[in-house]
Amino acid sequence: MSAFTKNLSLLVGAIALCALPFLVEDFRVFQINLVLIYAIAILGLNILTGFGGQISLGHGAFYAVGAYTSAILITQLGMSSYLTLPIAGLVCLLLGVLMGFPALRLAGHYLALATFALAIATPQLLKYKPIEHYTGGVQGLVLEKPMPPFELTLFGNELSEDRWLYFVILIVGIFLFWIANNLLSGRVGRAIVAIRDQPTAAAALGVNLTFIKTATFGLSAAYTGIAGALSALAVAYIAPDSFPSFLSISLLVGVVVGGLGSIPGAIFGALFIQFVPNVADQISKSAPWAVYGAMLLALAYAAPNGVMGMINKFKKRRKA
Amino acid sequence: MKLLDVANLNAWYGPNQVLFDLNFELKVGGITTILGANGAGKTTTLRAVCQTVHTSGSITFIDKRIDGKLTEDIVRVGIAHVPDGRGTFTALTVEENMKLGAYTRKDRHEVLADIERMYARFPRLKERYRQQAGTLSGGEQQMLAISRALMLRPRLLLLDEPSFGLAPLVVKEIFEIMREISSEDQVSMLLVEQNATLALNLADHAYLLETGKIVLSGSSADIKADESIRRVYLGY
Amino acid sequence: MDSFILQVTTGLANGGIYAAVGLALVMIHQSTHHINFAQGEMATFSTFICWALIQNGMPYWVAFTITMIVSFVAGVLIQRIFLKPVEKAPILTNVIVFIGLLVIFNAFAGWIFEHTIKSFPSPFPVEGMFLPQYFSGHQIGSIAVTLVVLISVFCFFRFTPLGLAMRAAAFNPDSARLVGIRVSWMLALGWGMAALIGAVAGMMIAPIVFLDPNMMAGILLYGFAAALLGGIDNPWGAVVGGIILGVLENILGAYVIGSDLKLTMALILIVSILIFRPYGLFGKPIFSRV
Repeated sequence: MSAFTKNLSLLVGAIALCALPFLVEDFRVFQINLVLIYAIAILGLNILTGFGGQISLGHGAFYAVGAYTSAILITQLGMSSYLTLPIAGLVCLLLGVLMGFPALRLAGHYLALATFALAIATPQLLKYKPIEHYTGGVQGLVLEKPMPPFELTLFGNELSEDRWLYFVILIVGIFLFWIANNLLSGRVGRAIVAIRDQPTAAAALGVNLTFIKTATFGLSAAYTGIAGALSALAVAYIAPDSFPSFLSISLLVGVVVGGLGSIPGAIFGALFIQFVPNVADQISKSAPWAVYGAMLLALAYAAPNGVMGMINKFKKRRKA
Repeated sequence: MKLLDVANLNAWYGPNQVLFDLNFELKVGGITTILGANGAGKTTTLRAVCQTVHTSGSITFIDKRIDGKLTEDIVRVGIAHVPDGRGTFTALTVEENMKLGAYTRKDRHEVLADIERMYARFPRLKERYRQQAGTLSGGEQQMLAISRALMLRPRLLLLDEPSFGLAPLVVKEIFEIMREISSEDQVSMLLVEQNATLALNLADHAYLLETGKIVLSGSSADIKADESIRRVYLGY
Repeated sequence: MDSFILQVTTGLANGGIYAAVGLALVMIHQSTHHINFAQGEMATFSTFICWALIQNGMPYWVAFTITMIVSFVAGVLIQRIFLKPVEKAPILTNVIVFIGLLVIFNAFAGWIFEHTIKSFPSPFPVEGMFLPQYFSGHQIGSIAVTLVVLISVFCFFRFTPLGLAMRAAAFNPDSARLVGIRVSWMLALGWGMAALIGAVAGMMIAPIVFLDPNMMAGILLYGFAAALLGGIDNPWGAVVGGIILGVLENILGAYVIGSDLKLTMALILIVSILIFRPYGLFGKPIFSRV
């Protein structure tokens, strides 16, 4: 593809992205927002699991921490919604780095169990009576969606809170994807993958395992935490039961569906975990999860390397 | 009578082709050896016979084609493989290893009798029959691996570098036992070895493999006698 | 003191169940190096089948036996049909298959048997046959049944040729093929046995926690923790791990934190133990050569 065609398609894409929320109704925009949020969360998990090779069944916990950080800052301190995003990211970064230390000693299934314990513990801890004053206990916290700063009407639809949030999430998302892409295709990314594939050799070559592994955990947690914070804004309500252990499993499903170690794959993963349960529900009212399970199986057999794996295979065949 | 007939054999590890159009045969009885440097494809040849690598071409054992069959079925027609690295079940005991060698046999009493025969031939195994196989010395593990293969009562025994990693005295012992086995047990042998001297002293016939192709074939006596071949191909 | 002992004995009885689930997980892991996340849902479904048979008038032990057989066959079929195709795929793809099976079993259980909580009968007398002041009849009975299953499994692996072949196939599939073992079928058998053990665990725990599609979710986690605590490749470690867990959970729940955080605390404790013994209490690190 020539540079001209590439730039043209980027321009067209950008215009399409900007127009999109005005072309559909509010509820759809809300769903698209969730897809974008999940994509960021899945990207976060992919950094740890796909690139770093450390399996985590507990990323729902970071998502929850991010959400609650944001919500508490807004309700208790009246902070601006947008400012809570980097703070939530920072909090989760620290938490992730802390988690990274015990994770150094555990591998494979042991790490999976430890992280899953975290996922299960999270809703229970969030309901803990002594901190109810901050967390809102079982009832959770209600927030207000941030107001759009100006008025705009396109294609007969006005710039609602959901549509404004769409742009906020889109910009944050593009920024985060861009950082991840640069980081992972550079020295740091190579170090992370080297540790995943051949830790002994990597260490022998002077890669600081402890630093890279804990930093990977931290970065991964930060991404998912920011996604969680965004979800608090987008849904405007969080409660302990919004973050069940199944969320952590869904994120992992999203990573595999998209393709391990693939940055663009996160979008496909997010689309899957957001829409397939709805589709399943439409196919079978009585056993929607059976349909969901069947689709998981179909995906595993048809695309064992995820959607991106399928796309890459297709691309290779076209070149050959 | 032809025991093994290999024609136009190619073999691949994934996309890499390792054997190119091999043709050779084994007659019943006796010992044949495949020689060659590291990476020549000797181990691959044995694996091809057992179908643990991807092959094309025909492999006929006695009168049946075995290419394309599962390894587990090839074992059942009477081919036993002592793989490189011995392949012992290190977590299981010596006796359990031997019993596994006879897994496909139905004659329980004969199996027990064979185990006693193995112990008679390898008294050190009898001493350690309840020990975990992984705790045996290299030489003992080699004896165990050979015993396990013989428990099948195979028609053809494949041996992959039995001398590997063993002290010279131990190797000498093992090769003498192999000579005994060949004459007493009436099993034909296909031996892959890097140590050409040892192999030529044991075997009747030899093939020389170089980067996946057979470059030389002849009786051991002839090859040993021919100085130029020895110097060019075998380095002594 | 009495109530303490009661907590311990209840812990032992529960621990036996966790041990059984842990054992099933270890068995599948030993032969396939995968954790069967669907183990709990399969066990629940088996328990439902038993319940349905009993509802239709079948005597308990007949229903029990039939359920065991059906579960075994189902386990074999599941391995052949669903797991064989992804044998060579990346680990996480296998995980997706397990999650898919988990979700499907759960959904079918809910669909066929509905979500209402059902009571499941216990075949044992109410009063304990042994130390009745500490053990109820069902607790003694379930410990006994679990013991019978565990001892049978032990004897099977130790003394039968098939058991030996399965162990060989798990330790060294390449060498196993070279002695003629059909490794693929050994995997299927392992699955069948794990499904059978899981079904027994389900049928033993159902009278206590009542039967509904989500019955085994927490128990699976305990089974997993038990397996890891003992060392993921050590069947007897899973048994010891399960018992330790059962007792720990009860003691913690009664004396340290209330029952809400029981599960959390037990898990956090497991994780802490794993920090100091990353391969479990009895596990051995696998040294890989560079």
